[in-house]
Amino acid sequence: MTGSDILLQLDGVSMQYGCGETAITALAGVDLSVRCGELVAVMGASGSGKSTLLTVAGGLTPPTAGEVIVEGHWLSQLSARELATLRRRSLGFVFQDFNLIPSLTALENVSLPLELDGWTSKRAHRPAVDALNIVELGDRAQHFPSDLSGGQQQRVAIARAVVGGRSLILADEPTGALDSTTGELVLRMLRSRVDAGAGGILVTHDARHAAWADRIVFLRDGRIVDESRASAVTSLLSGLPA
Amino acid sequence: MSVRQSLLAILNQGPCYGYQLRAEFDRRTGSTWPLNVGQIYNTLDRLERDGLVQKADIDADGQNYVEITDAGRAEVADWLGSPVVRTMATRDELAIKLAIAVTLPGVDIAQVIQVQRTATMRTLQELTRAKNATADPESSEQLAWLLVIDSLIFAAEAEARWLDHSEHRLARARAAGLAAPLPLNTAVPKRGRPAKTAAASA
Repeated sequence: MTGSDILLQLDGVSMQYGCGETAITALAGVDLSVRCGELVAVMGASGSGKSTLLTVAGGLTPPTAGEVIVEGHWLSQLSARELATLRRRSLGFVFQDFNLIPSLTALENVSLPLELDGWTSKRAHRPAVDALNIVELGDRAQHFPSDLSGGQQQRVAIARAVVGGRSLILADEPTGALDSTTGELVLRMLRSRVDAGAGGILVTHDARHAAWADRIVFLRDGRIVDESRASAVTSLLSGLPA
Repeated sequence: MSVRQSLLAILNQGPCYGYQLRAEFDRRTGSTWPLNVGQIYNTLDRLERDGLVQKADIDADGQNYVEITDAGRAEVADWLGSPVVRTMATRDELAIKLAIAVTLPGVDIAQVIQVQRTATMRTLQELTRAKNATADPESSEQLAWLLVIDSLIFAAEAEARWLDHSEHRLARARAAGLAAPLPLNTAVPKRGRPAKTAAASA
């Protein structure tokens, strides 16, 4: 892989809330990169900085030190308008509580980021349908969120996160509100988008779900303390029976 | 591992010879716990001694077949109908390691936990990759293999959760001043039975 494969890079990122003796350090000198086709899970106890890392990586909050680089763009050098455009075009967020707009259909929810970017609803229709088909919900396009199960709503959220060729998915406990089987289905969708060339960060406290990632980084007190990288070939089992 | 009962259960399907039994055990368990032929023959000797199997025909290739007896069939039925009892006496190397480490001076217990967590998560990643290669089983062998992988995945997950729990417990104990090292007890324990106390002998 080359440097150009890197979708997201955090260089020495620190985040501090407050100042003086009451200051809280949420992130302390974090270096992290995500490449095309790579899913990175972030694990850590409550308060370790997982969610802060995601909001900083997504350009929602500027770090107090360090640099965030998305698709080669240094976020600190972008104007507010340029940053908003980059977020709309390059980043997709998936939240634990889905964050779908209840008065819009699944199709309209998925089309929305494109329409906010100036697309007509007619033009946004095709890529939104494609995104819904990817998560196997093409037949639910006209359903409102209240008509969908939790797992289906989260799949709509994933479709919204990848619509229009957005390349970086930032997921914060995306399976937290789902049962185990549905959570696994959502992860399978996320994994398939990454395998198709996207990159992703998955914040989770669930070990079984983090194991879907190519790399797992462990945060403690705002610092990356260790990393687990899956071997290309498992040494644990002799293989799948024919 | 219940090799004895597993082999007996396979023999309940019909007579087998040693190598055949090994192959049957492997393909039904995804070769996760490979057995050597010596283990197979030793187990068969004990099963024969206990009257659960008996020698059968020798085929044209010279293979010595073994067949199950009525007592063996009864043992298989009993095995399948009974729960597996995991006794408290089974030594858990990791639990022992953490329990000892927390009593020692100069040990960074958080680091001990993290090293283990990373190893456990790597195992979980490898198992998940192996499982994801087969979302839907297409044969009984694949189904059996997936059941074994699921079992290993859930065991690894339980270990990861236990490590998280231990970390929280240690943090709370440290905050309460309870995580101090245990000094060596200089009072040498006496051998033999404990002496009777006055109260006990009264």
